[in-house]
Amino acid sequence: MRGESSEQVLNGQKIFEELFIIEGGNFNKAGEVASRIKVILKNMGIPDELVRRAALVAYESEINIVSYAKQGYMKLTVNPDLIMIESIDEGEGIVDIELAMQEGYSTANDRIREMGFGAGMGLCNIKNYSDYFDLRSKIGKGTYLKMIIESQQKNPKTE
Amino acid sequence: MTLQDVKDILDAEMIVGGDKLDMEVKTAFGADLMSDVLAYAKAGSLLLTGLTNPQVIRTANVLDIAAIIVVRGKKPPQETVNLADEMHIPILCTKYILFETAGRLYQKGIVGCVEKVQSKS
Amino acid sequence: MELSSIINALSLRVVSGKDNLSNAVTGGYVGDLLSDVMGNGKSGDLWITRQVHQNIVAVASLKDLAGIVLVNNCEPAEDTIQKGVKEGIPIMISEMPGFDVAGKVYNLIKKDHHE
Repeated sequence: MRGESSEQVLNGQKIFEELFIIEGGNFNKAGEVASRIKVILKNMGIPDELVRRAALVAYESEINIVSYAKQGYMKLTVNPDLIMIESIDEGEGIVDIELAMQEGYSTANDRIREMGFGAGMGLCNIKNYSDYFDLRSKIGKGTYLKMIIESQQKNPKTE
Repeated sequence: MTLQDVKDILDAEMIVGGDKLDMEVKTAFGADLMSDVLAYAKAGSLLLTGLTNPQVIRTANVLDIAAIIVVRGKKPPQETVNLADEMHIPILCTKYILFETAGRLYQKGIVGCVEKVQSKS
Repeated sequence: MELSSIINALSLRVVSGKDNLSNAVTGGYVGDLLSDVMGNGKSGDLWITRQVHQNIVAVASLKDLAGIVLVNNCEPAEDTIQKGVKEGIPIMISEMPGFDVAGKVYNLIKKDHHE
């Protein structure tokens, strides 16, 4: 599951990057990358609430890749200002993004539903838990998701 | 109450995490949809569910769930037990259905939790 | 106990099946998987769920459930309400999470049995 990680200093800012490979259809492994991201962020001393949100969006997108694509990648980037998670998959793509974003809409099969997913909430969760969220999809090619969680809290997130 | 109290109230069997019986718990979330759990459940809560696949453990790990209560007499498969062990997440199994499990815990003072994280937009 | 007493006690919002609020509630079932409720729900149970799909009405009807309570303020899909109205299945909405709804209904039913 692990790709390579790197740490570099750009304009005096420390940037951490790591790339993960996700195998489509392998539900036994689904969630490994999110767990790994959680450990990495925790070890960096990032506050629990931010770690939780990052792990959560990573987990939902990992489940999406495992559920709908043959293969995918997830990239974690951390700098002092933000945590960025990008997921790219080689899947069928999303035909109607607006519809896919609607809570309750899902194209999941029974297997995914039995696992407790596929209730049409994943993308809503991802959107609600990120500070910035971008979804692009090409039919027959795949889907790209970008999720950013800001480390510097400009205003409090939790109610 | 402690996890030991929960175990007694539910007449439950401890599958993983016998060393965590003195852990304090105050809130619970009952659901069969993991995305629902991800949307609402609070860190430190009990997760009551009828599901036993490894994704339950992954979900609990992501959210820092205190312990998992598997209801309706179901027993988690070995892969789930192994993962819970590895991630130090206690699993208790009770014969009661989710309704009865929630009812018994609610009666003793455990409350539900809804903590929806709001994005800025 | 009568469904209407539970509706009053929990301040539930009724969206369908208004003619059947005198249904007897003999138990409860919490579940979000339709196959689970089909397999394990009992007639007279009040079903507590966050599923809003129209198939919940068919399940409630087939199993003779007393009604459906949607939790966390989940709004049912429009066709779910229509189906509920047509089949006379009471669908109610609660702002509370499923755990609290279950806890409160459990206590009400228990108390009712003791009296």
